[in-house]
Amino acid sequence: MENEIQDNGLEIVYKKPSTLTDTPLHYCPGCGHSVVHRVLMEVVDELGIQDKTIGVAPVGCSVFAYNYMNIDMQEAAHGRAGAVATGIKRVLPDKYVFSYQGDGDLAAIGTAETIHTVNRGENILMVFINNAIYGMTGGQMAPTSLEGMKTATSPYGRDVKLMGYPLKITELLAQLPGALYVTRQSVHTPNAVRKLKKAVKASFEYQKLNEGTCFIEVVSNCPSGWKQTPVQTMKWIEENMFPKYPLGDIKVPKF
Amino acid sequence: MEKINYKRSEPRLMKGNEALAESAIRADLDAYFGYPITPQSEILEYFEEQIPIRHGKVLQAESEVASINMVYGAAGAGARVMTSSSSPGVSLMQEGISYIASAQLPCLVVNVVRGGPGLGTIQPSQGDYFQAVKGGGHGDYHLIVLAPATVQEMADFVFDAFRLAEEYRCPAMILSDGALGQMMEKVELIEEGQFPKRNFSWATTGKPATRERNIITSLFIEPEKMEGINYDLQAKYAKIQKNEVRYELVETDDADIILVAFGLSARICQKTIELAREKGIKLGLIRPITLYPFPTNIIKEFADKAKFFLVVEMNAGQMVEDVALAVNGKKPVYYKGRMGGMIPTPEEVLVEVENIIAKQSEEKR
Repeated sequence: MENEIQDNGLEIVYKKPSTLTDTPLHYCPGCGHSVVHRVLMEVVDELGIQDKTIGVAPVGCSVFAYNYMNIDMQEAAHGRAGAVATGIKRVLPDKYVFSYQGDGDLAAIGTAETIHTVNRGENILMVFINNAIYGMTGGQMAPTSLEGMKTATSPYGRDVKLMGYPLKITELLAQLPGALYVTRQSVHTPNAVRKLKKAVKASFEYQKLNEGTCFIEVVSNCPSGWKQTPVQTMKWIEENMFPKYPLGDIKVPKF
Repeated sequence: MEKINYKRSEPRLMKGNEALAESAIRADLDAYFGYPITPQSEILEYFEEQIPIRHGKVLQAESEVASINMVYGAAGAGARVMTSSSSPGVSLMQEGISYIASAQLPCLVVNVVRGGPGLGTIQPSQGDYFQAVKGGGHGDYHLIVLAPATVQEMADFVFDAFRLAEEYRCPAMILSDGALGQMMEKVELIEEGQFPKRNFSWATTGKPATRERNIITSLFIEPEKMEGINYDLQAKYAKIQKNEVRYELVETDDADIILVAFGLSARICQKTIELAREKGIKLGLIRPITLYPFPTNIIKEFADKAKFFLVVEMNAGQMVEDVALAVNGKKPVYYKGRMGGMIPTPEEVLVEVENIIAKQSEEKR
């Protein structure tokens, strides 16, 4: 794509997507949410679908996503984004619908809604931010918290015999016939961000086909919850998260 | 409440649940989301049979929790949408209903009440009165609650409920019971094509360049803003109370004893009135049709004329509290009811009336 040349002859190589608002982000410095927001809105911009896109943001750190995304949005109750998105898509089948959910929302309180939304093959995109912790409520254990991981509610480390195992819900969902495209991406390096964008773009394109649910897990970080600097979290993701949650496509459409 | 003369079909015999579902299709329902539970599964079954060959969308959800959140999503997208359930299922929906009330979305929730608490029984009850009229979920909110007493009203109130819900951006409930849902009666259904849709400027249908983005939310983190939302809601409820109260008076002109009952209990009371009048006891009935807004003023008026009030309910005495508030100590207010799926007979209501009369004349001596 050719870059825009300004009147003064300077070339614009990077700008904020028009579908991101000017509202200052409330996310902690270094948090992956803002990058994922940007990627989503870049794709909406590039596909020119602002007037056809409806987002759903349930309870969690991203509950205020509608402050930042300049599209029609619905806030959902904790765990119910899949059901809310279903309701929207069923009455507006020609629109693009996505949900944006955290690990506690999608894989704990909303597990039933998540599984059944994908099992029905709702033609939506579900974006699943997995940072292995409850960020908004102050760093409690999430269903995806790693074995031995210290959180506010597992201060001695997650004892899997007592507290259950890290839930690989993405692999689980990939088993369902309703799932069209299932992939795990991250935002810890510029290259990873580019790959995520490709997956997001593909998922929006797939919605036109009416063939099933697109599901993107984004392995992300939580500097505040993990009690690390943003730079440390990038390393921690690579050393601890990826062995449990390996990146890459888990299910790709066969046409 | 406004009374509209719709064009109606020839009379036919229908079950309450099915009449309600058929009426919803004729009210140009966009979508129904529900989960099976006795004694109202016929509603979901009827939609699953009729909607695919007629118009609208229907989906059997994985739970009542999912159903009500699908309703939230579809209502937020501007659709005419409903769900239905029975008591335990409606309990599961309370969180979602609170969100819908706060986000100010129009929708219809039907509760075909069964005996409780707990899993209870599948027999009819009015035990969910408090839940329906006092809020039910968390926070300060109300539903507009309509209480049908006949299969005809099961059908007609679908139109009323949607009209009110859409006018006030407020969830509406039809509070029925297992007997009304299951019984068959003659019904003259409202014909299709008489109930146009409104254009909701607030709906999330995709943001065109010509307007600001629409947001459906119940989250207002600054307390000043949340209090403002509460004031808005309360102002709306005050308007609903002023404009939308609906009730029926039965033989109250010369009555010196007033029964107050809604739904099925009101029909039982009609028989009690007949039996009483044969014995020379002048009984009358106030039947609240809207349980919220409650017909406080008409009850207040009768407090000057009546000797006493007897509230007849299929619960442990719930609406009796609202009647007592309306009467405000002017006259005695009594309660007679059955619980747990049992229905009071006209005769046992009459015995209660006679006992109270006897007690009162004894007290005078």
